[in-house]
Amino acid sequence: MAVAARNAELTIARRRHVGTGVFFLLVALLILAFFVRTTAPDLTTTFGLNPARLTTALKLPDLVLPSLPSLWFLTVVCAFLGGWQLAKGFRSTGWALGVVAFAFVAAFLIWAARGKSMNLVGMLSSSVLRSIPIALAAFCGILCERAAVINIAIEGMMLTGAFMAAWIGSITHSLWIGLLAAMLASGLLAAILAVLSIKFKVDQIVSGTVINIFATGLTSYLSAKFLQVYQNLNNPGIFKPIPLPLLSRIPLIGPVFFEHNIIVYITFLLLILIHVMLFYTRWGLRTRAVGEHPKAADTLGVNVFRTRYINVIMGGLVAGIGGAFFTIGSVGRFDEVMTAGKGFIGLAAMIFGKWTPLGAFGSSIIFGFADSLQTKLQILQVPIPSEFLLMAPYLVTMIVLAGVIGRAVPPAADGQPYEKQ
Amino acid sequence: MAPVLELRGITKAFPGVLANDHIDLTLEEGEILALLGENGAGKTTLMNILYGLYQPDAGEIFVRGKKVEIHQPNDAIRLGIGMVHQHFMLVPVFTVTENVMLGVESMRYGLFLDRRKAADKVREISKQYKLEVNPDDYIKDLPVGVQQRVEIIKVLYRKADILILDEPTAVLTPQEVEELFKIIRSLKAQGKSIIFITHKLKEVMAIADRITVLRQGRAVGTTTPAEATMEKLAQMMVGREVELVVRKKEAKPGDVVLDVENLHVVDHRGTPTVRGVTFNVRAGEVLGVAGVQGNGQTELVRALTGLMRPEMGRIRINGVDITNASPREILEQGVAHVPEDRQKDGLILKYPVHDNLVLNTYYVPPFAKGLNLQFQKIYEAAAERAYEFDIRTPNIYVPVSTLSGGNQQKTIVAREFSRPIRLLIASQPTRGLDVGSIEYIHQRIVQKRDEGCAVLLVSPELDEILALSDRIAVMYRGQFVAILPAAEATRQQLGLLMAGVTAAEAMAAEEAPAAVEENPAL
Repeated sequence: MAVAARNAELTIARRRHVGTGVFFLLVALLILAFFVRTTAPDLTTTFGLNPARLTTALKLPDLVLPSLPSLWFLTVVCAFLGGWQLAKGFRSTGWALGVVAFAFVAAFLIWAARGKSMNLVGMLSSSVLRSIPIALAAFCGILCERAAVINIAIEGMMLTGAFMAAWIGSITHSLWIGLLAAMLASGLLAAILAVLSIKFKVDQIVSGTVINIFATGLTSYLSAKFLQVYQNLNNPGIFKPIPLPLLSRIPLIGPVFFEHNIIVYITFLLLILIHVMLFYTRWGLRTRAVGEHPKAADTLGVNVFRTRYINVIMGGLVAGIGGAFFTIGSVGRFDEVMTAGKGFIGLAAMIFGKWTPLGAFGSSIIFGFADSLQTKLQILQVPIPSEFLLMAPYLVTMIVLAGVIGRAVPPAADGQPYEKQ
Repeated sequence: MAPVLELRGITKAFPGVLANDHIDLTLEEGEILALLGENGAGKTTLMNILYGLYQPDAGEIFVRGKKVEIHQPNDAIRLGIGMVHQHFMLVPVFTVTENVMLGVESMRYGLFLDRRKAADKVREISKQYKLEVNPDDYIKDLPVGVQQRVEIIKVLYRKADILILDEPTAVLTPQEVEELFKIIRSLKAQGKSIIFITHKLKEVMAIADRITVLRQGRAVGTTTPAEATMEKLAQMMVGREVELVVRKKEAKPGDVVLDVENLHVVDHRGTPTVRGVTFNVRAGEVLGVAGVQGNGQTELVRALTGLMRPEMGRIRINGVDITNASPREILEQGVAHVPEDRQKDGLILKYPVHDNLVLNTYYVPPFAKGLNLQFQKIYEAAAERAYEFDIRTPNIYVPVSTLSGGNQQKTIVAREFSRPIRLLIASQPTRGLDVGSIEYIHQRIVQKRDEGCAVLLVSPELDEILALSDRIAVMYRGQFVAILPAAEATRQQLGLLMAGVTAAEAMAAEEAPAAVEENPAL
């Protein structure tokens, strides 16, 4: 009986595997049809591995690849993995999926830059930069949802933060005060969300949406009325990049990670801090208990409501930093609705990263990469309409959420108000 | 010497009910006090007051002769009162240690959790009270019996000497219950005082030093196992004489009605929950499916009733293949379903009683005529059924949510039974009901069987299975590990099968004669 059941389970599992195998073969076919077919045989692709201004200790040679053979190689890799998956099946498909995804991106880059040169370091460095607001949004999401409060108002909090940083930064002529103002404003919105969803038990999606609409409306109005009219109110300046001593001189890694402004480094610090706090401190243990089984925490004398308030407001402060990055961390001025859905992509990164800071940061980099790829390709004049290229980060978000991650398990009590009875 | 704990005149009202009505209760040092009563008698409310989860409207609490106020669980913990809740208060994704230390964390440098120190202390307690458990295991991987040990360790870790166990045996196999009783006796031997809440008479007789019986929010008496008999306790509990035995005639099995072949079901998380089940049920017999909750019974029933799509296998009813049929196609084959969770799957709580009574027939005459509902017909039929099935409701127009659990269940039974049916699928039909309602529903099920209906009864209550079944299947980890005639089955043997011991081993361990068939509530 046990053997029969085992066999039947294998049959069921195999049915699921077939889908993955077919997907791998489809990727191979895509590379073949779109990239191999349109590449002339004698072209080469050059990837630059040094920053534009040489700052590293060592100059790396450029990576020069023969375009067509490389593409063929990647096609064969994908086809082989697909065939193997269909014939035998991998025990775990995670790594194979990673290889196929990497192969597709590599093929795309090789094809896009065929006969030209592309600076890989520049693109990766800009990926990191673009991932920062996404990562901070994801951290905000983690802080809230680990205590079981869904926060879809991150977008609105960041937008408000961006506005406040630009405005207060301009009138005080201090970027730090601007950053502080961004955090406080965003924290205030978070406090409102907390009161609505914890005390008044309003549906958390509704209260989050309300805050988003409020933030969009208010910042757009104030911006149109004041910031765009009086330019001295919208000229805060930006945090300048600070290359970190020693670290920034490491080839490849240095220019990609350690030649950025202070907000980027704050993000790195928060990554470590939140990870340690969540898994190694009393606060973290209680937070996770409140998110998974609030009643259990309550019966052991943990104050469920207080924990949730603290976490949501902390999340708001973090989202404020993310908002400030848009203005005083990158372009130095506020424009209407400039967060462009990054708060929502941050939530996707949080889910993709399975509600862990490390996972969320990794996913943010993937989304950041998709974002920077899109700009790079426009410069390379790839024959794809720019409207489609602009979709890239959002497409990646959808593909990742729908297909790749499968079942990510949120905290068990996520989104449920706590009733003490 | 003053008793360890004394409650005087505890009163607590909820909207519409007086849950506790001037209850007095004493607990002496080192004794096991059983708090006996039906569901809704106010046992859990009383204990939640004692643990600080509810505030009483009136009354006083004394601990070791001193009057105390308990506003929150922390106060209770400080007074040495610990509670093992009926629904475990454990975080499934935490380890044993993390669950135990939550709220009273051991720290290193005042900043970081000291898991090792806490784990050592868990090991120490585990050794002292013979509560075997590995501190590093995750709760979600542990069987319920072990989870319960973790709950007890949690209480002891907080240095409690008054332990409240709220319906601790509800989720255990008979062997696990024995194990628990040993633990309770060893706790008593080490000086702990214990309140044991239950509605099962047999357990009270086996473990208690003294028994206090609650009925409708009032303490109706205190006795000891030596003085009391099961019949007398049942009478105190219900307020009238109760039939403890289900009377039924010899079964006369007819044609196969339900035929299931190699059924596989995967739950929403992708975990296989039903793994290759083959069986049939004949007209005029009851097949009981025994097993600890969570072994695939829920998914089996959902697949049979069309609420979940099986991954593999075949289901035939009256020879018709209904494997991928819709729930309506299945019920039109003459299938009645009494679902496990009556409030979620059995009723639309906000709808009035009369609408709930026609949820499966509203679309056909006489209740529908073209696109119109025939309300007059619906009211008439509802009134008739309410009378016939003894549904106690002010009238048929009130929302079904205002009815008591027993009357809600009678509403479902009335709906499902008042049309021609050939197969009855009943999942935990008496869960949480009072003895009177249980008696009634059991009689109805037996009556259906005698009329020639095939019955599939799923229940984690072994007594219910033994009382009603003609054949018994034991489900363990998604498989039927045995199907045996009820006459040959014993509690002992079924208990072993439920715990995953193979059929051959269970036969070998066989010793006790067939158990007396008793009403499962007791």
